[in-house]
Amino acid sequence: MNLRREHLLRTYLLVLLFVALRSFGNLALAWGTRRLPQTLSVHAAAYLWSMLDPFVAAGIVLLILSLFTRMALLSVADLSFVLPTTAVGYPLAAVIGWFFLKERVSTGHWIATLLIFAGTALVGTTPRSTTPAGSPGAESSK
Amino acid sequence: MKWTLVGINIVSTVVSDLLQSHELKQAGAQSVDARGLVRLVRIIAARRYLILSIVFLAVSFFAFMALVQSAPLSFAVPASAGSFLLETVLARLVLHERIGGRRAAGHLLVLAGILLLAR
Repeated sequence: MNLRREHLLRTYLLVLLFVALRSFGNLALAWGTRRLPQTLSVHAAAYLWSMLDPFVAAGIVLLILSLFTRMALLSVADLSFVLPTTAVGYPLAAVIGWFFLKERVSTGHWIATLLIFAGTALVGTTPRSTTPAGSPGAESSK
Repeated sequence: MKWTLVGINIVSTVVSDLLQSHELKQAGAQSVDARGLVRLVRIIAARRYLILSIVFLAVSFFAFMALVQSAPLSFAVPASAGSFLLETVLARLVLHERIGGRRAAGHLLVLAGILLLAR
């Protein structure tokens, strides 16, 4: 029972860590790319040049760490569990965009935040993994 | 151009996530402390589908990077979440995950929230 609780706690810690790393990684990336004179989608070489910007570089480091965190999360939980529980990052992105980048956040954004939190909480009450580790695709909990 | 980048981002994200979920469930529980990160890197190097998933992730990343330069972050993030629905369906069909009533309802609430954010 304690072991189960420990696994659950570890899963939620990974969720929180992933959301924080991803949100601040995206913020650093958005901040950095907006300071660049080039249009990234037109000039391919500009991608490499953009990595010299400290904000873009910091964003990339944070996003790489978030990738490893998500991989660890996917090793202990279903993809259909990870997707909604990590979705709290979407309203967080809107709040960060509003706070740091002065983007407009409407009433709709706040309602969306409530919906996402409600959905996340609901999925959080379901088993984190329905396929046994070591054999993806196997049905375990009929 | 904006929607082309969103499309590239969604398709490459879906392929990457399915490959990662499949491979990492086989690899067993991983952690993100210093030793865990080294172990994770070794697992990635040993599994070709995980390497392929990172290639798709890189494509998704560069598409997103180009997107955030031309569109607000509050558009780019929810728009790229179109992969959410596709991934849920494929998690059931390809990975054979059990998506019961509560999990499906939670997904619908989250999806509604993401769509509302994108408006």
